[in-house]
Amino acid sequence: MAQAIVMEAPAPTLAGLLASPAGRQLLSCIQCGTCAGTCPYGDVMRNTPRRLIGMLREGFIEEVIASDDLLSCVTCYDCWAKCPRGLRLTDVLLPLVKEQVLLRLPQMPAELQSALSNTLRYGNPMGESPRKRAAWVESAPVPVPLLRDLGRPVDVLWIVECYAAYYPRGQDNARATARVLGALGVDFAILGNEEKCAGECARLVGEAGLFDTLREQNLATFGKYEFARLLTSDPHAFDAFSYVYPMLGFRRPVEHTTPFVAARLDDLKPRLTRELGYRVTYHDSCVLGRHNHMHDQPRRILEALPGVTLVEMTHSRDNTICCGGGGGGMWLDTFYKAKGHPRLSDRRVEEAAATGADVLAVSCPYEVPRFEDSLKVLGCDDRMVVRDVMELVAEALAE
Amino acid sequence: MKILVLMKMVPDIVEELEVAADGKSLDREYLRFIVNERDDYALEQALLLKDRLQATVTVVAPEAPEIDDVLHTALAKGADRAIRVSGIAEAAGTRATAAALAATLSGLDGVLPVDLILSGCQAIDDLDGFLAPLIAEALDLPYLGLVSRISVDPGAGTAVVSKEYSGGVMGRFEIAFPAFLGVQGCEKPPRYVPVAKVRAAIAAGGVEVVAAASGTAVNPLEVTSMAKPEETGHAEMLEGSVRDVAEKVAEVLAARGLL
Repeated sequence: MAQAIVMEAPAPTLAGLLASPAGRQLLSCIQCGTCAGTCPYGDVMRNTPRRLIGMLREGFIEEVIASDDLLSCVTCYDCWAKCPRGLRLTDVLLPLVKEQVLLRLPQMPAELQSALSNTLRYGNPMGESPRKRAAWVESAPVPVPLLRDLGRPVDVLWIVECYAAYYPRGQDNARATARVLGALGVDFAILGNEEKCAGECARLVGEAGLFDTLREQNLATFGKYEFARLLTSDPHAFDAFSYVYPMLGFRRPVEHTTPFVAARLDDLKPRLTRELGYRVTYHDSCVLGRHNHMHDQPRRILEALPGVTLVEMTHSRDNTICCGGGGGGMWLDTFYKAKGHPRLSDRRVEEAAATGADVLAVSCPYEVPRFEDSLKVLGCDDRMVVRDVMELVAEALAE
Repeated sequence: MKILVLMKMVPDIVEELEVAADGKSLDREYLRFIVNERDDYALEQALLLKDRLQATVTVVAPEAPEIDDVLHTALAKGADRAIRVSGIAEAAGTRATAAALAATLSGLDGVLPVDLILSGCQAIDDLDGFLAPLIAEALDLPYLGLVSRISVDPGAGTAVVSKEYSGGVMGRFEIAFPAFLGVQGCEKPPRYVPVAKVRAAIAAGGVEVVAAASGTAVNPLEVTSMAKPEETGHAEMLEGSVRDVAEKVAEVLAARGLL
């Protein structure tokens, strides 16, 4: 007979929270409410981030868990960026209780459940075949070698990530990136079907066990090969590899494609000869922009493209407006809609359209489907298109 | 109340199915297995009954690739006992599998009798839905299939069961225990269980393994050939701008005399 298995992770207690350095941040909060004011969903949450912190440190932990307000966090890092006490609300403090919120939901939102289950089983949230992860390579404009086939160390291991590998418009980004890496003469390879989701959004939506599993699998794969650094076009994966994988000993430089190319712009400029004739506005992604302060690099690239006029939106750089896709938000649109939350990408696209630009440039693969949907919803798809910065660079490259 | 859930694995059609070189089976090279979706609903129904009543839930499944993940997940979701039955060939066929499972269940310590046996009413490799009623027959239990709601009266040892008929007609039956129900769906989708709990279940190693009762797996049917459906036609995708596509649609309609 099997023994009884006790697996219920106990709900955190106040004493338990305060026992860790992460949890002790609660005590530093001065309850100024800046987080509540800056949170993109602060005006529709029952309990704003300020109140959630206040409740947690007064011991109302059950109440925080029972309210599902934490699921409204799309990890835009705005509360963290603006907090006068520098509290790491987004990625450290709030996740301490977020897993319990997921566990206690009477019914897990269906799209989120399917994305998490698919990521565990297939290594991607779409539920696509893991064997088709590198299928896009066949349509790549330059050879994209698999590290397994190269049989030698490589300089750059390019982690394509799920949306660029599977999503049709994401594949445009993957093909463009391949073209740019080829033009730069970068020694690169990909993992192909061995690659799995980095897991950052699973971690931040509260699925720590799924993140742990993906991290173990990816680290085991990394361990099979020799490479000098990681490169990815997904800012969420960039964060995971930069800040969370190292906790298990991963020590390799990690770069995002946009700053990677910006640093090599001088090598590329002689070949950027095709006149684009676009008026472009750039959306700073929350993770690459606000969290990692990489605001200048994409703009340097865009300004170097022939015939590109760069115009700025009202909210840019650290004040950027979230697309709503982070921290599991990609799979919570229906959940938010049912709650009456506005769609954050609509808010962003309204502002982008108001600039009069005809291209909305992005550096995160989540933003392409989100903004393209919003352009259609708002009826602006006849005058504005969404393009990844890499797509624009590839377009400007001479044949 | 004691509930037994029977689960099985089926080919995962996320990978394209290929016919093996022998021309009568699936190519195993890239074949993956996934739990039969309706069996997952049967488990959810059992766990919902457990949530509401004093019930124990035992899950039994024949051995197949990735079956332990399913059984550990069932334990993590709240099943009390999970048993893998080894020695039933995957190619045994529905009848032989039913006979082997029924004989094995009868010989298992502390499993039968139960009040309810729940299993999926169909699977993609058992579209006729024979497996569950064949097991019920072998165990001499009454069977009702295509069940989508079960409401138990534990004191009376009865349940009211909803069954779907074609055309959207629903039938309600009052049944007495013990009974075998073929589950089509239940009031809510299968619950999510955090991966950390599944990992804890794997670490705890709670899956029991038993050998199938011997001498029962006789397959009266033989697969003589297997082939992919022949392609008889395909959709034509019209590419281009909205204006181009509209013109092409008009051309197609005109060419067929529809304009």
